[in-house]
Amino acid sequence: MQIIATRPKTLTDLNFTYCPGCLHGVAHRLIAEAIDELGMRNQMMGVAPVGCSVFAYKFFNIDMQEAAHGRAPALATGMKRARPDMHVFTYQGDGDLAAIGTAEIVHAANRGEHITVFFVNNAIYGMTGGQMAPTTLPNMKTTTSPYGRDVDDIGYPIRVCELLDSLVAPYFIERVSLLSPAEIMKAKKTVLKALQYNKEERGFTFVEFVSTCPTNWGLDALESRNWARENMLPFFNVKNYRDKGKEA
Amino acid sequence: MSEKVLMKGNEAVAEAAIRAGCRLYFAYPITPQSELIEYMARMMPKVKGTFVQAESEIAAINMVYGASGCGKRVMTSSSSPGIALKQEGISYMAGANLPGVIVNVQRGGPGLGDIQPAQGDYFQATRGGGNGDYYTPVLAPSTVQEFADMASLAFDLADKYRNPVLILADGLLGQMMEPVEFQPYKTEEELKVLDNQHLDWCCCPNEDEPNHHHHEINSLEIDPVVLEQHVLKLGRKYEEITRNEQRWEDYDVNADNEILVVAFGTASRICKSAVDDLNAAGHNIGLVRPITLWPYPYDAVAKAVGPKVKKVIVFELNLGQMVQDVKLAVNGKVPVEFMGKVGGILFTPEEVLTKIRENL
Repeated sequence: MQIIATRPKTLTDLNFTYCPGCLHGVAHRLIAEAIDELGMRNQMMGVAPVGCSVFAYKFFNIDMQEAAHGRAPALATGMKRARPDMHVFTYQGDGDLAAIGTAEIVHAANRGEHITVFFVNNAIYGMTGGQMAPTTLPNMKTTTSPYGRDVDDIGYPIRVCELLDSLVAPYFIERVSLLSPAEIMKAKKTVLKALQYNKEERGFTFVEFVSTCPTNWGLDALESRNWARENMLPFFNVKNYRDKGKEA
Repeated sequence: MSEKVLMKGNEAVAEAAIRAGCRLYFAYPITPQSELIEYMARMMPKVKGTFVQAESEIAAINMVYGASGCGKRVMTSSSSPGIALKQEGISYMAGANLPGVIVNVQRGGPGLGDIQPAQGDYFQATRGGGNGDYYTPVLAPSTVQEFADMASLAFDLADKYRNPVLILADGLLGQMMEPVEFQPYKTEEELKVLDNQHLDWCCCPNEDEPNHHHHEINSLEIDPVVLEQHVLKLGRKYEEITRNEQRWEDYDVNADNEILVVAFGTASRICKSAVDDLNAAGHNIGLVRPITLWPYPYDAVAKAVGPKVKKVIVFELNLGQMVQDVKLAVNGKVPVEFMGKVGGILFTPEEVLTKIRENL
């Protein structure tokens, strides 16, 4: 008998606490597989955010730190500076990274910290029950934009890849989608590339996952993917914004 | 000991921290502690240390959290409004049992206040400061020498109890120059011991331990039953610190004291001048100077209230925050009077002398 698929070493055997149809589990798995494949597990540390993935420190089978809301890139800065011989990634949602943690992500990127940031964008605050996020789409209804996001009142969603692409230091910036198996396979390649650059100490690497929130969007797994394809992908372009490895 | 050098408190504490093995420092500029961050910016590269000017006070303390979670001696510093911003990180560090040293060179408040010396952060420093049930040891220097010596003590306490430790100075101690003698630099061997002291819980490589259980640096316990046990355990740690770490100075304290003065930090220096003058004139005034503001030396203050003491007078550069602790210590035995100055104004020795004399 031959084992053809198994749990990555970089994941613990705990059950995920995510809702049915949620894509956090997929993102976790892609990252864990990539860490395994690159042989980085023994030298890797991670930072978990506040939000749905707050328990990521239990799921990744490496040494992990749990950050205050939005502060993961600051923790990662301290960790990488304290242990330059090790590798660091953060895993953050849209409220965490693009609202309360805007200063931390912009400045960590601007310093060119040798860390990888994984950013899961599902246009909503999931953990707290479906409030408006900095990436909530125009006219999208949430519990704190019950009449739809009014862009004249509260502004437009923030495109984080584009924002970070205005900085000089970042080494790699790419937005990927997790909406279908084919897109997931493509996303895996991007995750591998970002972590390979991390391993080689090239600089700051950033991967954004366009994801879903079936529970708070009030849609089932498939509907939510279709909704994201129709509504999110036109606003959040899936593309590579920066690859200094390619330019070199 | 090396020879004495004339230095500002802000620079002396920075130099002492480096000598104590601090190789990571993260901070944000603010007056009146700017010489501290500037000293670190100059010196850290020379000792192969890390200096990062953070984008905010909040980022700075969270960088401290991250580095501390990797088991390293790490420090940040600021002044009152900046320390207020750091409370989030300090609470998280306390919850996650993380060591680390935070220097507060206090200025006038509330809000932006001014940039003159003050002691208005006493409540914030001694009652936790951030959210939740926690304490941090608070060391209050009264000379530049003591300010420098406290760097090493603060790191030792932080490492021993796995808890953040505050050094509560003020703008006067930060800016004033006095002669200082420094401890020698830690040797390479000593630094290695410090670097490896926390490997049983901190973030570190897995390969050296085949059965490495992954380490989680965390203050979250979603199950109330688990959180209850976690907080009770923190409580036992605070009790242990309270038993072991009370520090104070008795100055002219004896059984014939007529008045007992209680003051800390810069205020105590001014009070000592007045006490000296009065005692030289034939009076008998004692002074207790709490050195740890938490744990507060309640028993020492109570014990210093001799049989002939008519009154205890507390002098502070605030509206009377430590008075509450002094009253708890004195427990109604004699009246407790207070004199304070606020807004970054100091009292003169003459004003202190007059206040004591009025009560003789």
